[in-house]
Amino acid sequence: MAVAAGKVARAATRLRGGGSAMPGLVVERLDPRFLTHALANLPRGVVVVTGTNGKTTTTKMLVAILREHGLTVFTNPTGSNFTRGVISSMLAEIPFSGRLKADIAVLELDEAHALKFAAEVKPTHSLLLNVARDQLDRFAEIDHTAKLLAELAEQTTTGVVLNIDDSFVARIATRVPDGVTVTYFGVDPSIADRLPELQEADVRFDDEFTPPRPTAADGLLLPHDERSFEVRFGLTGRVGPMVLKQRGLAAMINATAATSTAKALLANEFREVDAVSALERVTPPFGRGEVIDADGQPLELVLVKNPAGFTVALGTYGSAPVTTMVAINDNYADGRDVSWLYDVSFESLRDNGVALTSGVRAYDMALRLKYDDVAVAEVEPDLEVALERFLTAYKDEPKRIFCTYTAMMTLRRDLAARYGLAKFGEDAA
Amino acid sequence: MSTSSATSGDATSKGRIKIVHIYPREMSIYGDLGNTRCLASRLRWHGYEPVIHQHHPGNDFPTDAHLVLGGGGQDSGQARVEDDLAHNADVLRSLAADGAPMLMICGMYQLFGNAFITVEGERLPGIAILDVTTQGNAKRMVGPVVLETAFGDVVGYENHSGSTKLGPGQQPFGRVKSGMGNNGTDGTEGAVTGNVFGSYLHGPVLPANPALADALIKLAVERALGEPFVLGRIDDELADRARTRQIHRLVG
Ligand SMILES: [Zn+2]
Repeated sequence: MAVAAGKVARAATRLRGGGSAMPGLVVERLDPRFLTHALANLPRGVVVVTGTNGKTTTTKMLVAILREHGLTVFTNPTGSNFTRGVISSMLAEIPFSGRLKADIAVLELDEAHALKFAAEVKPTHSLLLNVARDQLDRFAEIDHTAKLLAELAEQTTTGVVLNIDDSFVARIATRVPDGVTVTYFGVDPSIADRLPELQEADVRFDDEFTPPRPTAADGLLLPHDERSFEVRFGLTGRVGPMVLKQRGLAAMINATAATSTAKALLANEFREVDAVSALERVTPPFGRGEVIDADGQPLELVLVKNPAGFTVALGTYGSAPVTTMVAINDNYADGRDVSWLYDVSFESLRDNGVALTSGVRAYDMALRLKYDDVAVAEVEPDLEVALERFLTAYKDEPKRIFCTYTAMMTLRRDLAARYGLAKFGEDAA
Repeated sequence: MSTSSATSGDATSKGRIKIVHIYPREMSIYGDLGNTRCLASRLRWHGYEPVIHQHHPGNDFPTDAHLVLGGGGQDSGQARVEDDLAHNADVLRSLAADGAPMLMICGMYQLFGNAFITVEGERLPGIAILDVTTQGNAKRMVGPVVLETAFGDVVGYENHSGSTKLGPGQQPFGRVKSGMGNNGTDGTEGAVTGNVFGSYLHGPVLPANPALADALIKLAVERALGEPFVLGRIDDELADRARTRQIHRLVG
């Protein structure tokens, strides 16, 4: 009954072009045990991927590796974070019996919703990526976020994968129940000096935490150059070298996390060649360095949502300077407080300047850039007007737009109409 | 301890101004370091030479400060600075009594008050430069704010669980036109005693409100050099538009 009602609601919202969480809400009302029932007894279990940054990319990579190994994987492809969103995406794939036909589920959930989900379905595995300040008006403090991740680890029944370089995450090892395996991922000690590119340091305290020594089960990132890297396991194990479609150290560490988790899940069945070929084919998710062909010139859309993420994005893309626009909204999904822009250094934009700032907080962004001596050619709060101007005035140049979530939704919709792109949540490939 | 001069030996400088940012690691989680950055840049644009000193717990407090800044932090951050703050309370009180301008945001505003009473009823003493008392709440007061102040309308963003009451005779920093302010009930926001300003406003508050920034700079310059503040020419159009747009959105 619940499945049928949900499917009707799903068809209805599809027609309206509505949000992805609504049909899930219908099912949840009708049968709160729906999730447990549908996900119970998946032969390979339920994997939850969470942390502040890189969830979407890492989830996509992990799913790709598992599918390359022949598994049927259920995932929440719309990036629909909430429990209801998970149910919504299940409805399309579920027979009326209410049992999901898949070997394994891999779900991207934000920190708070991961716990709500775990109250319904205990994850067999969880992959905890990192802790950074994000959406402060929702979760208030990173100490709180770290606590949520630790509680998720306590609910996990088989294996937990932790970031060895993030002391907030690595420390969670002490909270993992007896009998549950702990695996780590991180960067090779030889590139430890590049860690600041992956996390902000200024709000963390130097506490007495000694990171564990990695073993042969733990994957460590070793870049060869700007694009090529391998993931090392102990002295002899290695996955790679490989080159991702997505640029930058952040994407490499996400691939390292996905590889380490896949290896922990598949054990003896894990095949290096399959992992490499899967990872090399993964296209950047919507807005995570997605490249759009705009009148013959590349246009990169880069989602920014917190200081660590913006810092990583500037480090990743700053080395190849292009004409830049920054679009900042302050709706609920963006985080309503824009104070965090003052915790990002924009000096890497100084040489080329910024062509346009846009969004509800366009003037605040321009003001922020002024304090880093970055010239701003134009301020246009209206996103559609700004995009039109950006595309026409800089027609013959490669372009990049850094944008917050709701600004990206508006820009992406406009760009999709203009250049015939896949819709949000669909994959062009 | 770390002291850095923002410009190096500028021969045309009208004089050196020393800004002390207290507990930048522990107490500046919501971009409050932007206030320090703003003052340093504006001092330079006005023709003065800013010197930024970061004070960390356990170090000697610089008694030659011309301006003192503090921000908000997590509970764990507050716990890490309590002892050092108690240790330096007398220095800060005498600086305040002597007219040194100070701007304390959120958590440091609370610690500059008489006490913080936790939800469990525990009383954590502050250094009592401002006559305010804060009661911990389960509910957070979060959102954009517009205030009416002596420096015109001031915009910012509040994010605090403490509810603050002013003591009898204590002046607020501003009157709430939009937002919650000290406690969401009496319409007051922040507190001012002499040249010491306390407020919940992040944003950070100074970049978008240059009149407030320049008021602090004027006090610091007069204190440092014993002569009147001479304004440079600064184009504040971006700040003015950022601020007026927020005012229009929130109070029409
Ligand atoms: Zn605050």
